[in-house]
Amino acid sequence: MSSIVETATEMRRFRVEVPEEDLVELRRRIAATRWPEKEPVPDQSQGVQLAAIQALARYWQTEYDLGRLEARLNALPQFMTEIDWLDIHFIHVKSPHEHALPLVITHGWPGSVVEMLNVIGPLADPTAHGGSEEDAFHVVIPSMPGYGFSAKPDQTGWEVPHIARAWAELMARLGYTRYVAQGGDWGALVTEVMGAQAPEGLIGIHTNMPGALPPEISKVIASNVLGAGDPAPTDLSDEEQRVYDRLSFFFTKGIGYALEMGNRPQTLYGLADSPIALAAWMIDHDAWSLEDIQRAFVEEQPVGNLTRDEVLDNVTLYWLTNTGVSASRLYWENKLGFFDFKGVTVPTAVSIFPNEIYQASRAWAEQAYPNLIYFNEVDRGNHFAAWQEPDIFASEVRAGFRSLRGTNGSRHG
Amino acid sequence: MASTVETATEIRPFSVAVPEEALDDLRRRIEATQWPERETVADDSQGVPLATMQKLARHWATEYDWRRVEAKLNSLPQFITEIDGLDIHFIHVRSKHEDALPLIVNHGWPGSIIEQLKIIDPLVNPTAHGGSASDAFHLVIPSMPGYGFSGKPTSTGWGPERMGRAWDVLMKRLGYTRYVAQGGDWGAFVVDQMGLHAPAGLLAIHTNMPATVPADVDKASLAGEPPPDGLSAEERRAYEQLIRTYAQVEYARMMAARPQTLYAIADSPVGLAAWLLDHNDGDGQPAAAVAAALDRTASATGELTRDEILDNITLYWLTNTAVSASRLYREYKGGFFNAKGVSIPVAITVFPGEQYQAPRSWAKRAYPNLIYFNEVDKGGHFAAWEQPELFSGEIQAAFRSLH
Repeated sequence: MSSIVETATEMRRFRVEVPEEDLVELRRRIAATRWPEKEPVPDQSQGVQLAAIQALARYWQTEYDLGRLEARLNALPQFMTEIDWLDIHFIHVKSPHEHALPLVITHGWPGSVVEMLNVIGPLADPTAHGGSEEDAFHVVIPSMPGYGFSAKPDQTGWEVPHIARAWAELMARLGYTRYVAQGGDWGALVTEVMGAQAPEGLIGIHTNMPGALPPEISKVIASNVLGAGDPAPTDLSDEEQRVYDRLSFFFTKGIGYALEMGNRPQTLYGLADSPIALAAWMIDHDAWSLEDIQRAFVEEQPVGNLTRDEVLDNVTLYWLTNTGVSASRLYWENKLGFFDFKGVTVPTAVSIFPNEIYQASRAWAEQAYPNLIYFNEVDRGNHFAAWQEPDIFASEVRAGFRSLRGTNGSRHG
Repeated sequence: MASTVETATEIRPFSVAVPEEALDDLRRRIEATQWPERETVADDSQGVPLATMQKLARHWATEYDWRRVEAKLNSLPQFITEIDGLDIHFIHVRSKHEDALPLIVNHGWPGSIIEQLKIIDPLVNPTAHGGSASDAFHLVIPSMPGYGFSGKPTSTGWGPERMGRAWDVLMKRLGYTRYVAQGGDWGAFVVDQMGLHAPAGLLAIHTNMPATVPADVDKASLAGEPPPDGLSAEERRAYEQLIRTYAQVEYARMMAARPQTLYAIADSPVGLAAWLLDHNDGDGQPAAAVAAALDRTASATGELTRDEILDNITLYWLTNTAVSASRLYREYKGGFFNAKGVSIPVAITVFPGEQYQAPRSWAKRAYPNLIYFNEVDKGGHFAAWEQPELFSGEIQAAFRSLH
C-alpha cells in the first residue's frame, strides 16, 4: 500500500530535547561516584588515571554546560528516517553551492555525530572557511544503529555491511545519485565496505583509518595476542617495523575493551549505570588519544580541538541516550578484521594521521586499494582526526575528492 | 629495634563490622540502577542476560542479608598480619587434633575466602564428618593482596610469586615448619609458584587447576592454531577445551591490560555483579555452576546457592576491591596452563567442570613428583565452593601419605 511505503521512507525533522531531570540525575550520579584506589603506577599503563578521571568528574559536574550539546545539535538540520525497520538519525546540511558533492560521513566508537560538528562548516560552506566553491559538499552525518539518537536494534544483524547498505539507501532517499563516503574507526569499516559493495552512485571514498594491513602481517598480529604464534616478519622496512610494533602493542595491551565488547557487551552494565564508568571506558580508546584527553583534563591543555567540552559533549550524548551497551554490540556483530583489506574497488583517498593507531605505508595502501586516487600523510592528529584537527581533516577531504568532481562530474543539477 | 620487629610480625585478631550506612548505600544504588536494554539474542551469548541481572538485583536489594555471612565470618578466628609491607587478612582454624597437618588454601578470581567456608569444618574436624583424626588439618585461608580484607598494594609487584613467598612467611610466623598448600584459579598459580620456589617446610601442593599443558600444545592453543600431531583422544579434548576457554577470557584480557579503567566495578553494584558473574567454567559462561546457583535458594547438600554468590559479590562491593583484585591480572606475566616445572610432590584433582581436564599423561610430565591424581565426577572451577564434601575428601586423600 502506498501509504505504508510513504511512511517507511518519510524524513521527519528531529530536535534533541533532554528533560531537565535527566541532567539533574546525571549530576547527582557523578557527585555520588564511588572511586577505586589510585593506580599503583605513575603513568596511564594501567588505564585511565584516577587524577584524570576525577578532574573530568569535577568539570563535568560543576563547570560543564549540560545544555550545550542540545544547543549545538539543534542548531543543525536533523532528521529521522526508518531504514530496514530501524529509525536512523542524521544531520543533513546542504551546501549553499548547488553543485556541491554529496558526502556521507560515518563516525565510530567511542564517537558520534559530535566528532563531526566542527567539520560541517568547512565542508558545506568552504567559501566562509578559506576554501573555494568547487570544494563544497552536501554533508550527511548519520548516527550508526545503536548509537546516539538512532534507534537501538532489538535483534542481531546490524553489522558493518548492513550499515553500509543502509547508508546507500539513505543517500538514494535524499536524492543523491552521485556521492562520496568518508569514515574513521567503525566509520572507516562502513565506508570501505561501501567501497567494496560499490552501490550505484558511490563514486569514491576517503578513509582516515585505512584497512591496509597486509594479510601476512595481520595474521601474525592476530596469532600473537596471547604471546604465542608466529614471529614478526623479518623483511619489514624500518617504517613498517615501527607500525608492526605499534599494532602489536595495541593488540596485546590496548584492545581489552574491544575484546570484551566483542564477546560480552551485555555484561557491561556499569556503562549504563555509572557516568564515570562510561566516561573512563570511552576515553581509554587507545594510548595516544587517551594521552591527549588526559592532558586536556589534568593540565587543561587540550591538543587541537579535543577540549574538555568536546569530550564531554560526546560522553554526555552516550549517557543521555543510554547507548553504551547498544553501541558496544557493534563489536559483537562484527566479523571483519579492523585493519584488514576490505576489497574496495571504487576510487579511494587515504589520509594518514601521525597519532592514529597505525600508519599505513603508501605501498600497503596501493595493495589494499587498486584505485588509489589520493594518499597523504599529515603532521598532526590522532585517531579522532575530524574531531581533533577539523581544519586539516576538512582540507584532506577536499583534496581527497577533488579529482572526482570533474567538469561535468557533480554538476548534474 | 625489638619493638619495630614485634609490630611488623604482630598477628592481630580481626572481625568484620560493616557500618549500616554502607549496606543502606548499597541497597540504594541497586534500586537506582540505570539498566541497558535487553540483549538482542535469546541466550547468554552476549553476556549476563538482563532478566538474570534484574532478578538478582531485586533479591539483593530487598531480601539478601549481609549480616548472616558477616556473623559466619566472625564465628571464625580471623587475623591480620603485615607481610612484606602489606596487611594480610586470614582465617586460621586449628584442629583439635594436635598433630594435624598445617594447610594453606588460596582462593582465586572472582573469588575470596567465601569460597572456602564450607570446607573448613570437614578439614579441621574430620571426625565430625565421618573421617578419621589422622585426616585433620590446621587450616589457614588468607585473602590475597588486593582482595577482601587484605590491604591493597600501592605499588606494583604483588604477583603469584610474591604471594607464594608471603604465604611461606605466614605459615612460619604461625609456627608451622612443615605444611602443605592448596589452590584453584589464581590460587593454583600461587601454589605452583610455591612449588617452584620450594621453601623449606613445604611438603607438597594440591591443585584443582593444574598447569600441565606441554609447550607445543600451549603455543598452538594460545595462537588458535591446529593441535600438534599425535595427541591421544583425551589430550585432544583438553586442547579443544583450552581453545574454548581462551575465547571466553576477554574480561581477563581487559583486566590484564587496563584494570584502572574499570571504574564501573567500583561505582555500580550491578556493574560489579555482572562482571564477577561472567567468569566461565568448562560448562558455560557465566559458569554453569554459578548460573544454576542463581536459581537455588537453599541447599541441604552444600551446593552453591544464590545467597552464597551474593556473599562473595557483596564482599567485593563492601571492601571496594574489584579494581585492586583485577590488578593481579596486570601483574602476572607468565603463561596460563603451561607446565611450570614444579618438582616437589604434587597432588591433582581433576573436576569435570574445570576449564580443561588435565590428562594424566600431561600431569605426569608437568609434575614429575606426582603423588596423587584423581578424576572426580562432580564439581567445576569453583570446586571447594560447589562440592565442599567431595573437595575435602580429595584434599584428605591427596595428602594422606604426608601426615
